[in-house]
Amino acid sequence: MAARTFARIRAIAGKEWLQMRRDRTTMMMMVMMPVMQVVLFGYAINTDPRNLPTQVELRDDGPATRAILAGLENSEYFDLRGTVASTAQADSALRQGKALFVVTIPQDFERRLAAGEQPQILLDSDATDPVATSAAAGAFSPIVSQAVRPFKPGKPAPLEVTEAQGDGANPIVHRRYNPAGRTALNIVPGLLGVILTLTMMLMTAIALTRERERGTLESLLASPARPAEVMAGKTIPFIAMGLGQTLIIIASAGLLFNVPMLWDVTALAIAVSLFITVNLLIGFFFSTLAESQLQAMQMTFMAIMPSIMLSGFMFPFAGMPLWAQSIGYCLPTTHFIVTVRAIILKAATLMDVWPQLLALTGLCVVFALASLMRYRNTLD
Amino acid sequence: MSDVAIDVQGLTKSFGSKRVVNDFSITVPRGAIYGFLGPNGSGKTTTIRMLCGLLTADAGRGTCLGFDIMAEQSRIKERVGYMTQKFSLYGDLTIRENVRFFARLHGRAPLETVVDEVLETFDLTSRADQQAGQLSGGWKQRLALATATLNKPDLLLLDEPTAGVDPKARRDFWDRIRAMARSGVTTLVSTHYMDEAVQCDFINFIAYGNKLIDAPSAGLAREVGIHTVRIKGEGVSAVYDALEDLPGVEQRARFGSAIHVSGKDEAALLQAAQQTCDDHGVSWEAIDTGLEDAFIY
Repeated sequence: MAARTFARIRAIAGKEWLQMRRDRTTMMMMVMMPVMQVVLFGYAINTDPRNLPTQVELRDDGPATRAILAGLENSEYFDLRGTVASTAQADSALRQGKALFVVTIPQDFERRLAAGEQPQILLDSDATDPVATSAAAGAFSPIVSQAVRPFKPGKPAPLEVTEAQGDGANPIVHRRYNPAGRTALNIVPGLLGVILTLTMMLMTAIALTRERERGTLESLLASPARPAEVMAGKTIPFIAMGLGQTLIIIASAGLLFNVPMLWDVTALAIAVSLFITVNLLIGFFFSTLAESQLQAMQMTFMAIMPSIMLSGFMFPFAGMPLWAQSIGYCLPTTHFIVTVRAIILKAATLMDVWPQLLALTGLCVVFALASLMRYRNTLD
Repeated sequence: MSDVAIDVQGLTKSFGSKRVVNDFSITVPRGAIYGFLGPNGSGKTTTIRMLCGLLTADAGRGTCLGFDIMAEQSRIKERVGYMTQKFSLYGDLTIRENVRFFARLHGRAPLETVVDEVLETFDLTSRADQQAGQLSGGWKQRLALATATLNKPDLLLLDEPTAGVDPKARRDFWDRIRAMARSGVTTLVSTHYMDEAVQCDFINFIAYGNKLIDAPSAGLAREVGIHTVRIKGEGVSAVYDALEDLPGVEQRARFGSAIHVSGKDEAALLQAAQQTCDDHGVSWEAIDTGLEDAFIY
């Protein structure tokens, strides 16, 4: 009995082994997944991000100011990328996500410092993603105190004095958009992006492969329907589905997390529609590559992983090395999350998010063309 | 409009290193029923797919309904009805939904009227709301023919349309085909069944990618030049064995209690039959070579 059982197990195991080896996509996934995971987690992800984009609003200038800016730069937390001319410009840089911080040196800063007063110095921080900015924001005060110490009038303070308050300058940190630093607020836009990526891509990824597997593709191809018509027909219904999904996510987020509702609905609708479309087109593209539904699903899975890791959803985008950011910029999810964060949490309008919308549109065009190039109107 | 529906020369198609169709040429007159015979894997399906624009030929040229098969595939698709060998409609849609889908693809209007008419014509009304995947062979076949003809085609390509359906359904099916042929629709049908081949005006026999026979079905046997002898009686099995390797005997086949012996050399065949039958005490007679004999040959 035991011998027969063994023989049957061996038969089945042998057959599974053969099938697994023939299935090249599965094999590739088995190899690629661990490599991707190790690289992403090991190198790309940084929960204590440095070199965060920072703008400076200079209303005064002088040796103390320069010492502060040098101190910020040297701390490696802040990457000073330029100056803004006005508070309005500072606001829009934050709203558009061009900068995570704006440092404001007020008028008469140098004079008041020299006079022994404690002039304020302001750090506006984009607190939508608390993980990205809280460490840097926390480092701000000590850096400033350290930097202004030599410029204080009178006797030099003992070196061990480190308390920020009343020590030369008065650093103030504004946590914008999310003063309580709630991570839930930031999760909602990201979640919207990831859920839509997953469901939409999957829907169209199996669109053609299912027809191929069931044999119905032959009827479809024998009909006069043209490639672009098939593509449009197979994506449009899911746009409606994706919009429905969006409503559910936003409604439940509004109820559960008390997400502020101060957004531009038109901008949001355009962003979501574009994002849904680009994911459907990517899925359709996979569908033209894959030979089976399983393969299409594996491709989707491989595409979703970087979308979660490198889009700024799970880990701060600013903290990633340049190569990982470059990959991130090619992912629609990255642009979408920036857009939705800006619209939902920062009350951004179309004027603020058009670069991201343009990127999404570009990706739509790329994948639509790629699909049409790959699509075969014959069974060849 | 010329009076030729299909006119192709030198069609060749390979998949990988395997040549599936080799230098294939046919001319099909309009309104004819053209039978396409050949064993499995002989290239029938591939040929039909090349004719209706589903596959691109590696070499060859020609026209289908006057349209170039290499360059005007989309025009061909508009005018051709293609019934696939494997059921290729949507199993999770009902009969009516499948018909409606293809009616829309072909831009038929008024939609619901057309759908109702087609369902009625093909006897599909009583199960119109049943999912196609649950239907039996005969129903699936009628549904497939109904959708293949939704664009009112000038040319019907039927790939083994009667495989797996019962004799009555096959008869009904052929009645429909003949009715459509009378109304001027050219039909090219591939089949394994000899009794169906007989119904065709022309027969084309291909094997291993090469065309062997192309002739009006009436004169097929004569064309091929095969002679056949039928041997009946007790002990035909012994005769069957004894006939092996005799001069003139090129092929033996069993038909129930009789055997058919065929060969091209009539005199040698008759002599072999005479001698063997006398030895075994069974009767024999020369018969007209049927399609079936020719087919096996």
